[in-house]
Amino acid sequence: MKRSILVCGGTGCVSSHSRLVHDALEKELRTRGLDKQFELKYTGCHGFCEQGPIITVEPEGYFYCQVTDEHVPKLVDSLREGSVYEDLLYKDPETQERVKTRDEVPFYKKQKRLVLKNCGRINPENIEDYLKTGGYQTLDKVFNMPPEAVIEEVKASGLRGRGGGGFPTGLKWAYAREARGDKKYLICNADEGDPGAFMDRSILEGDPHRVLEGMLIAGYAIGASEGFVYIRAEYPLAVKRLAMAIRQAREKGYLGNNILGSGFNFNIHISQGAGAFVCGEETALIASLQGNRGMPRPRPPFPATKGLWDRPTVVNNVETLANLPVILNMGAGAYASIGTKQSKGTKIFALTGKIKNTGLVEVPMGITLREIIFDIGGGIRNGKKFKAVQIGGPSGGCLGEEHLDLPIDYDSLIEAGAMMGSGGLVVMDEDTCMVELARFFLSFTRMEACGKCTPCREGNTRLLEILNRIVEGKGEPRDLDLLETLGRNIIDTSLCGLGQSAPNPVLSALRYFRPEYEMHVKQKICPAGVCKDLLSYRIIEEKCKACGLCLKHCPVGAITGAKGQPHRIDPEMCEKCGECLKKCPFGAIVTAGGDRIGKNKNDYQWDHVPRTRELHDLESGRRERY
Amino acid sequence: MSSDIDELIEKYRQARGGLIPLLQETQELKGFLSRETLEKIASGMNLSLAKVVGVATFYHQFHLEPRGKYIIRVCMGTACHVRGAADILAAMEKELGVRVGDTTPDLTFTLEQVACLGACGLAPVIMINEDTHGKLTPDQVPEILAKYRQKTAVIH
Repeated sequence: MKRSILVCGGTGCVSSHSRLVHDALEKELRTRGLDKQFELKYTGCHGFCEQGPIITVEPEGYFYCQVTDEHVPKLVDSLREGSVYEDLLYKDPETQERVKTRDEVPFYKKQKRLVLKNCGRINPENIEDYLKTGGYQTLDKVFNMPPEAVIEEVKASGLRGRGGGGFPTGLKWAYAREARGDKKYLICNADEGDPGAFMDRSILEGDPHRVLEGMLIAGYAIGASEGFVYIRAEYPLAVKRLAMAIRQAREKGYLGNNILGSGFNFNIHISQGAGAFVCGEETALIASLQGNRGMPRPRPPFPATKGLWDRPTVVNNVETLANLPVILNMGAGAYASIGTKQSKGTKIFALTGKIKNTGLVEVPMGITLREIIFDIGGGIRNGKKFKAVQIGGPSGGCLGEEHLDLPIDYDSLIEAGAMMGSGGLVVMDEDTCMVELARFFLSFTRMEACGKCTPCREGNTRLLEILNRIVEGKGEPRDLDLLETLGRNIIDTSLCGLGQSAPNPVLSALRYFRPEYEMHVKQKICPAGVCKDLLSYRIIEEKCKACGLCLKHCPVGAITGAKGQPHRIDPEMCEKCGECLKKCPFGAIVTAGGDRIGKNKNDYQWDHVPRTRELHDLESGRRERY
Repeated sequence: MSSDIDELIEKYRQARGGLIPLLQETQELKGFLSRETLEKIASGMNLSLAKVVGVATFYHQFHLEPRGKYIIRVCMGTACHVRGAADILAAMEKELGVRVGDTTPDLTFTLEQVACLGACGLAPVIMINEDTHGKLTPDQVPEILAKYRQKTAVIH
């Protein structure tokens, strides 16, 4: 049997130069005359982007991480000998032992990869690869069922929308099926805009035919003849692979007229979004598809009865559609046996933040946060303590330690004040300020608000002003109640999902981290040491050796002290730049309550100031700003 | 050169919802959407100018001002901030003679500030198109800009 070398071609690995590795491998195999014995594939995302570029060798399943083109000659040696290239194997950070195969890597052990099954295993640019894994086979089954039976099957599977709200997919379809219209449309929502979420991109990049197959099933069920994929222009690789997949599917007769002799006609078009977060909302998305400003409109009428060009339209998210081949393959009963009572199947989460293993994970519904964060994610980086996790991006909420053992599904999260959202999971450690984090999310949603309805436009602006005031040390105790009242009003009165969920990060943080908010407004202290205006620096006399380093480095001359005498910082003059703390070799300089003593000059680095890290982690999955 | 726009308008005139892809392709062609271009599109598509401008200003992707060949993004994240990002920005403004958000008259550089580039270990950091420049001091700014000016000169 021909062995395969799978080089990850997902966006994460591409930016760590996997293309170079692929090309070097190709050349090396060819010059050594080995290119006939090995099949070299450029695949989609393996999910473990942190360790990229990733290469796996099948059928053995050897899992190589952080491969560079310099490793290539030795790698080919090992391939020829059939041996393992030890140095490239993943090293378990706990045991320091190297593990050979992907399934042994702790990151993958607790995952249940149904939707992501092919990602990283097949060449997404070749339909044959997809067909070999049983791709498009559900169509025979589906076309032999009446559309109503397909809808019943999906209803029975318990599938709920993976894009955020969690509306039962089968029910949405039934409304559209029953709705009257000369033409019906299916829209695949690939306008993934949440900071920190990139599962839709990975599916489209790694297994685009799965989404097309899902669209065919959905289109057949609701009686649509045309489908649109509304995808962000900022995902160029996904757009390219999707276009390629559509062309191949058309050539093979899976798209077009009278598909597989069933009499069912279906075509798919790609429409590129122009950069507006609110277009993830279905009515805004439809407005954008029609060439207008992407502003939401009140519902009802729901798109299922009056959508694109006023025709019945179903808008399903990428991950939802990618679940359909799984359901039709394994049967609704088997699918419904996975997960919890009200939430079936698996969910893909984008795990980022202060966690050891960042990446994309697919887990059964009902798994606990502890399992995701500690078993799969490997726990918190740099030996820090877990503080909170933000679920569902800017629409979601912050949950703390008391929720670590909560089995997560749509309903348990809403009850806890968060939401599934699109599945972003940003993990925070003790260095994160919950006020500042809420402020960050709110500044994002406020900037992305379309401006149509007053509660969202004005209300969220006021919320942000209050939060800005608090982080600047100008907050008052009454601000906390104001945040709550205003937040609830915005949720109750906003037009669309964006406004209705924008205050969530603030309200959930207030609910679970109220003491931290109170310290900001009462004592004017930021316990995490993040809010610069709330920091005050002072020198512990007993520890000061009067070396003069801080004095020398203070850019504003706020430090005074003679030789042999403990130095002191003039709080009036101090600009709070942190230079002195970084420079002090004796850990004599402390901030705020004195709980963050720098033991040596490398102990406290501004690089670790969480706000920046979070922004980075959040933005790594997000659009590039123009 | 305007005939290219005419061709694009022709391509999308009949297409329903064609305004956004038309604006996208026009911008790709021209680099930005000038008032003149927008007027042309409005009359070509039989839409009001208000409608076209409304759409063009709604989405982040569209630019109504010419943009530089090189987009300079100065990181203003916390790490960069404490290591003197403001001085870097000031040096940039001085050297380029434009304020942040603006483009040099010769359309070589556009100066922008961003929340975080995610290269905090290299603070202060800037990006010029796809290149990252880290651990900067204000006196390095003229030197770096000169390199890009040279590149442009060669191309011209």
